[in-house]
Amino acid sequence: MELTTVWFVLIAVLWTGYFCLEGFDFGVGMLFPVLGRSEERRRVLLNTIGPVWDGNEVWLLTAGGATFAAFPHWYATLFSGFYLPLLLILLALIVRALGFEYRHKRNDDQWRRRWDAAIVVGSAVPAFLWGVAFTNIVRGVPIDADKEFTGSLLTLLNPIALLGGLATLTVFLLHGLLFVALKTDGEIRSDARALATRVGWVAAGLGVALLVILGSDRGGAASLTTSVLAAGALLAALASNARGREGWAFTGTFIGIALVVASLFLMLFPDVMPSSTNAAWSLTVDNAASSAKTLGIMTWVGVLFLPIVLLYQGFTYWTFRKRISTHHIPPATDERDWAPSGAGLR
Amino acid sequence: MELDLARWQFAITTVYHFLFVPVTIGLSAFVAGFHTAYLRSRNPAHLRLSKFLGKLFTINFALGLVTGIVQEFQFGMNWSDYSRFVGDIFGAPLAIEALLAFFLESTFLGLWIFGWGRIPEKLHVASIWIVHIGTLLSAYFILAANSFMQHPVGYRLNPQTGRAELTDFVAVLTNKVQLVTFPHTAFAAYLAGAALVLGVCMWHLHQRRVEDDLPMYRTGARIGAIVLLIAGAGVAISGDQQGKVMTEVQPVKMAAAEALYDTQKSAPFSIVTVSSLDGQQEKVAITVPKLLSFLGTGDFNGTIHGINDLERAYQQKYESDPLTRAQTYTPTLPLTYWSFRLMIGIGMSSMLVAVLALWTLRRGSSAPARARWWPWAAVGVTLMPVLGNAFGWIFTETGRQPWLVFGLFTTKSGVSPGVSAAEVATSLIAFTALYAVLAVIEVRLTLRYARAGAEPLKKPDESTADSDDDRLQFAY
Repeated sequence: MELTTVWFVLIAVLWTGYFCLEGFDFGVGMLFPVLGRSEERRRVLLNTIGPVWDGNEVWLLTAGGATFAAFPHWYATLFSGFYLPLLLILLALIVRALGFEYRHKRNDDQWRRRWDAAIVVGSAVPAFLWGVAFTNIVRGVPIDADKEFTGSLLTLLNPIALLGGLATLTVFLLHGLLFVALKTDGEIRSDARALATRVGWVAAGLGVALLVILGSDRGGAASLTTSVLAAGALLAALASNARGREGWAFTGTFIGIALVVASLFLMLFPDVMPSSTNAAWSLTVDNAASSAKTLGIMTWVGVLFLPIVLLYQGFTYWTFRKRISTHHIPPATDERDWAPSGAGLR
Repeated sequence: MELDLARWQFAITTVYHFLFVPVTIGLSAFVAGFHTAYLRSRNPAHLRLSKFLGKLFTINFALGLVTGIVQEFQFGMNWSDYSRFVGDIFGAPLAIEALLAFFLESTFLGLWIFGWGRIPEKLHVASIWIVHIGTLLSAYFILAANSFMQHPVGYRLNPQTGRAELTDFVAVLTNKVQLVTFPHTAFAAYLAGAALVLGVCMWHLHQRRVEDDLPMYRTGARIGAIVLLIAGAGVAISGDQQGKVMTEVQPVKMAAAEALYDTQKSAPFSIVTVSSLDGQQEKVAITVPKLLSFLGTGDFNGTIHGINDLERAYQQKYESDPLTRAQTYTPTLPLTYWSFRLMIGIGMSSMLVAVLALWTLRRGSSAPARARWWPWAAVGVTLMPVLGNAFGWIFTETGRQPWLVFGLFTTKSGVSPGVSAAEVATSLIAFTALYAVLAVIEVRLTLRYARAGAEPLKKPDESTADSDDDRLQFAY
């Protein structure tokens, strides 16, 4: 296999890791107002992802950095072209992450309510916009002979891309629900399962619709196979959830999302950003790539270190594998509980 | 217009990001150090200090983390032509940084924060050390990328594509600029971490609110002061070496640091200047004779090239190629001149506070930090290295102008051609406004926890007293 193909696959793997992992973080964040009806339940939700969300997000940073290293033109065209949606994603990721990390630092209802809003909005916006972005990438956007994006924000907000956004939003919501069902106990667990049944059909429907629309345009035998398998995995997830098999259900959406990402990248290949202006101006794995030297070095780095990352990241999931329920949650504290009062000993 | 906005955005987001980074690197070593000390000594004070500093660390880390996400993407957003030109070389360290450092930091910090009572103690301590190693790895790779911009090595220009291509990755990672910049930055980070530990502990020693806690803060302050002095010495020595490498590879930056117009042997260094720096009139300044020559060459009689000569030479060399053509090859002088002095002056003043602290903490002094000015000194010493770090980067990056990659690619050629000024202005306003709000939140939160001091340890019987208690020892 050529190095450019290897790196196309590796970048697909990084995005797959990102969406499979942070996908359920987005879901959990969006579920705060729905499943988190009491403060203790919101804290249960937060603590299911507390130790792992940051590691999940690093998949995005690695995907971004790897795209920069392996396909500089892809990195340059994509992020300068999709400027405003990317800006919104970045702002959302900032406030959401601080919501996770700062919410518990003060025992104050107003403080928590504000960070809850940051978490909900900060999860929903990227969950939607990543779908918009990837639908546009696969379908093609106006790109000129100099590899520059020539469209506008409105070009990106076309109806099919909006459908793509709804598809990722609902699939991540389902993924989050199944994660909560797997990682919690008590009322919140049964609520998550019941809601997953209702959300599930919408999510699977939208996901399949998106794959059909994109596939009819750019699909081939390989992407058709993965698309069918993706649909199968999502349906198997719903069936498992209905029968109370939470582990299988979560595995189903996990594999389903991975197969959706695989389908999108198979539809793209060998382009990385097709041009809707002129097919000859499309960015491809060849004309967007770095030199063979860089790709070679980065291949060694990736092949050596990605498995190690998977090992220790897997270890944290194993360490924090226990289900959490409201009675595990210690009372809220903050620094006022131990701050000495008074003027001191002077 | 777009160029200016893009530069302002990069300056604001990057300087802001780097307010949190040095503290994070330095402080993680103290958190790890005190946690390790507890493992060996079983002295509760060590555990309390580790947890206390750990809280300040996580508050800072969070903001460094979120502002770091922007860094990963803004090259593509605002500097797409730069990304195309240099992605081959510059992208690799960025990707390696994420793969090697960010995964380590994020995963093991999660283990440390949530690990109380859930993972074996030794693994728990190892986790925070791994976080610290992650922060250093991150610094190494991002500085390697930056060093390429100061002094490009290990590449060739591909005439067909007009892009820089990697020829020698080891050369990029062992760039001579990198080999002096990494120690300088790492020492400066330890300086910042140590100053925070010193400042917070001295403040509590002055306040004397809990008699039993005073020995603990005394330990913290003394270790903070000692590390600060060692790190300060490291900053000075590595900075001196850096000056010599800079004089060699970017002579105009050294000239701009002093606003030296005419090539001179035995060039003096001015501590402060009251006159203008435009070279039209004699400088009115307090100067140290021959010091600039020594800083730049290691020889008090060495030659330092002046701006006028260098400008002429650069014009001759670079004006023919559109990628290297610029109006002037001299950076903005007041900026380089003053940021250089503020870096040294403010950064090094913290060492003075450390010496005063060690004096008042000396054996036999039963009531240290009695003077009324100690709370001010405590706050000041915490801020000084942070500002010194910021001015250091402002000097290094503005001193590189008009270049993005020195001698190879100008800043104006790097900006995104497809992005409008309105779009850059939108993101500039959005980031600036959000960052301002977050700064207020972060500082207030840090002050709350810093003032509250170290949390007393829960007595073991308290946690077992509750029957059927399967509560988590720690949760968000």
